[in-house]
Amino acid sequence: MRAAVIVFPGSNCDRDLAVAFEQAGFSVDMVWHKDAALPDRVDIVGVPGGFSYGDYLRCGAIAAQSPICKALAAHTERGGYAVGICNGFQVLTETGILPGALLRNAGLKYICRTVGLKVETSDSAFTEGYNAGDVIDIPIAHHDGNYFANDETLALLKDQDRIAFTYAENPNGSRDDIAGILSHNRRVLGMMPHPERAADSGHGGTDGTALFRALAGVLAPA
Amino acid sequence: MKARVHVMLKNGVLDPQGEAVRHALGAMGFDQVEGVRQGKVIDLELAEGATEADVTEMCEKLLANTVIERFEIELI
Repeated sequence: MRAAVIVFPGSNCDRDLAVAFEQAGFSVDMVWHKDAALPDRVDIVGVPGGFSYGDYLRCGAIAAQSPICKALAAHTERGGYAVGICNGFQVLTETGILPGALLRNAGLKYICRTVGLKVETSDSAFTEGYNAGDVIDIPIAHHDGNYFANDETLALLKDQDRIAFTYAENPNGSRDDIAGILSHNRRVLGMMPHPERAADSGHGGTDGTALFRALAGVLAPA
Repeated sequence: MKARVHVMLKNGVLDPQGEAVRHALGAMGFDQVEGVRQGKVIDLELAEGATEADVTEMCEKLLANTVIERFEIELI
């Protein structure tokens, strides 16, 4: 199983994400933002947290125009798997791979703490290691995590069971408490909380481990 | 040619920064302010032959996120 983790100037969770993939059994290639192609036979692409391009213009806006993001879009259009965490989620919305946008937190403050996250669906390669309704402890660390989508998009996400995670207590003003969503084919996950920061006992919690293990189970060669 | 692009959050999209500015103005005694929306102004210096349609494309592809923002172009 091969994972690729994209590295933008300003990414700061890329190595954490790589370690979480490795601990679940993936071999990991780090891919530079200027690369125009992903490594061959990549099973999943990770778009990490951080401050790509200094968050200039809008979080994720410049990263979305980078050469590697063209390759990422082609990968997801072919039905490839991808996960974007925090700034990675912002990049996925800016590319249009996932719907909606992330606005400044309603309270205007950067928030860095562990929150309760409710698993809304176990019907995806990312969440099948949990039960719907489980509340897991996962850290958040963001200034622009306030998920916005228009009413039609929200209705579509609900109808198609594409809301992966919601906040047990809404920290940032996200519509319908949304913390993470899935693509229409359920193979792309974007989420603001950081499961890769809860994937090792040294982190003070391991509730994120099940996400990476579930992915490994789905993507393991038959 | 120069173009000035105004980017504003769409009506109905919460603008917490504008709201914070409104609060501050109220605290300073400017009771006459009923609402504040904060946006961006982007100035472009354009080569000969550039058109408003070019700038519109730039706005749609990069300068504004049309999921949450609207833009206006002013040629100057």
